[in-house]
Order: sequence, then structure tokens, then C-alpha cells
Amino acid sequence: MSTWATRAGIHIDRAACAWLIRRAVDPYAMFVFVADPADVPDGATPFDMRGVDLGHHGDDCSFETILRRYEVTDPVLWKIAEIVHEADLDDERFDAPEAPGLDAVLRGLSMIADDEQILTITRPMFDGLYEYYRRGLLLDRTPA
Amino acid sequence: MLLAYRIPREPSRPRIAVWRKLEALGVARLGDGLVALPADARTREHLDWIADEVTDAGGTATIWVATPGSLTQERSLAAAMREARAAEYEQITAEAHAAASSDDTERRRVLRRLRAELRRIGRRDYFPPPQRRAAHTAVQALAEPQTSDLPAEQRA
Repeated sequence: MSTWATRAGIHIDRAACAWLIRRAVDPYAMFVFVADPADVPDGATPFDMRGVDLGHHGDDCSFETILRRYEVTDPVLWKIAEIVHEADLDDERFDAPEAPGLDAVLRGLSMIADDEQILTITRPMFDGLYEYYRRGLLLDRTPA
Repeated sequence: MLLAYRIPREPSRPRIAVWRKLEALGVARLGDGLVALPADARTREHLDWIADEVTDAGGTATIWVATPGSLTQERSLAAAMREARAAEYEQITAEAHAAASSDDTERRRVLRRLRAELRRIGRRDYFPPPQRRAAHTAVQALAEPQTSDLPAEQRA
């Protein structure tokens, strides 16, 4: 079990990264939210912050960077990465019509819930998205 | 919120990529390598990542939370940003009007393109000008059925 640190006031990329870390990297991950990169506790792995390895690189958002760094090849997670990328960066690199909706949901959540609560609420949401796209890939069409 | 940056002239690719991202964000350019945006969580985050990108490209970048020296200065900055968006909205309105009498297929094609364009402009519209409404109305009108599309017997 290890500690992971990110900026407080989380939005789509950080919420999705926390879910991804627990799902694919460290099932017992603990998260701390800091206001400034200087506040990251010793021994904690920082992500989605300026100047850290697990951040934006080139055109990648942090979710994509984590998939690359930990060599995750699950196609369902890469599909979710496209949606997170568009919800976070909106640069039209991918065709992800889900992205503006997800962006609105997360922005709304950030107005009524704190970071811990957002992680709790979004966990089953991302689990559900994962299942939805997994079935889609298996069926090779939009699942009912 | 200010981003002060210096990025090497060559190679030009990262320099142009940064320039494009700042344009998409609708920044006010205050001087050579100095841009401003109204401060909120989203603009802060975007500028942070662009600052990192500048650093990665061998440049230097700092982010500042700044207060304009006078209200007049702040207003003229906001007015300039509003005018830049107004011009974009007017362009959209003109394109929507130009497509209004096209056939159904062409109208739908233009509708899709202009809706995407409106969304992009909306993202960088921090001080909405009155032209916004006209542009949205003109684009939405492309989605309404046209009298000329109805079979002859249903026409008014």
C-alpha cells in the first residue's frame, strides 16, 4: 500500500487517474490532495501536477501517461482514456461525444462534494463505464 | 492570471503548438511572451500545462495571479476579449445565414460544423458579447424543418 498525491480540487483527469491507479496499478492506494506541489508528503507518488512524471506529456493527459508508464495495454482502458482526454483537454484528437457530458458531471460534482467524496462517487461510475465499453468491444457494437 | 513565457524560436513545432493552444484558450496578449486569462480552475489548469510544455521545449515559463493596476485597465482588457469573440460570432451568423437556403443535406452538414465551432468559441468566451445570441439563433434555425422540404401538398 502506498500513498499517491495530487492537486486538490479534482476534476475529470485526476478522478479518472485515481480510479485507474486503484484498478490497474495499486489496489490499496491511498490518496492525499495538496494545494501546492511543495506539499506532496515524502514517499508519496505525485500525479497530474506540474513538473511531475505522471502528468501531461506532449499531447497526453495524465491518464494516458499512467497507462504508458505502467505499460497497461487493456483496450477498454485506452478507450476510456480517449474520453478522459477529450473531457480534460477538448482538443478534438479523438472522437468522444461522451466527453462533454462527463466534463459537465464532474464539474457539477466539484461544486457539491469534496475530493474524497468525488472519488467515492466516481468509482462505481468508472466501473460502469468500463463494463459498458468492455461489452461494446466484445460485441463489436454499441451494447444495449 | 498571467503566463510569462519564453520559448526558443527553433524548432518551430513546439513553439507553434503552444501558440495554437493559447489561441484556442482565447488569451489576451499583453506583450511579447505575456498572456492573460480570467482566473478560474479551468484556465489555471490549462495555463499550468502549457507552462510545463514550454519548459519541456527548452523555454522558461512562470504563472502569476495578478491584479490590474486600475479598473479602467481591467475593463479595456475585457472589452478587447469581448470584441474578439464578437467577431467570431458574427462570422458564424453569416455562415449560418448563407446556408439557410441550401438543400437539407447541405444544411445539416453546415449545422454540425457550426455547432462544433460555437462550442469551441463558447469555451473561450469569458465576457459574452450580445452577438452570441444571434449566432446561436442562426445556427439553431438550420435545425428547424424548412417549408421547402415539405411535400408540396403540406406547404403553406
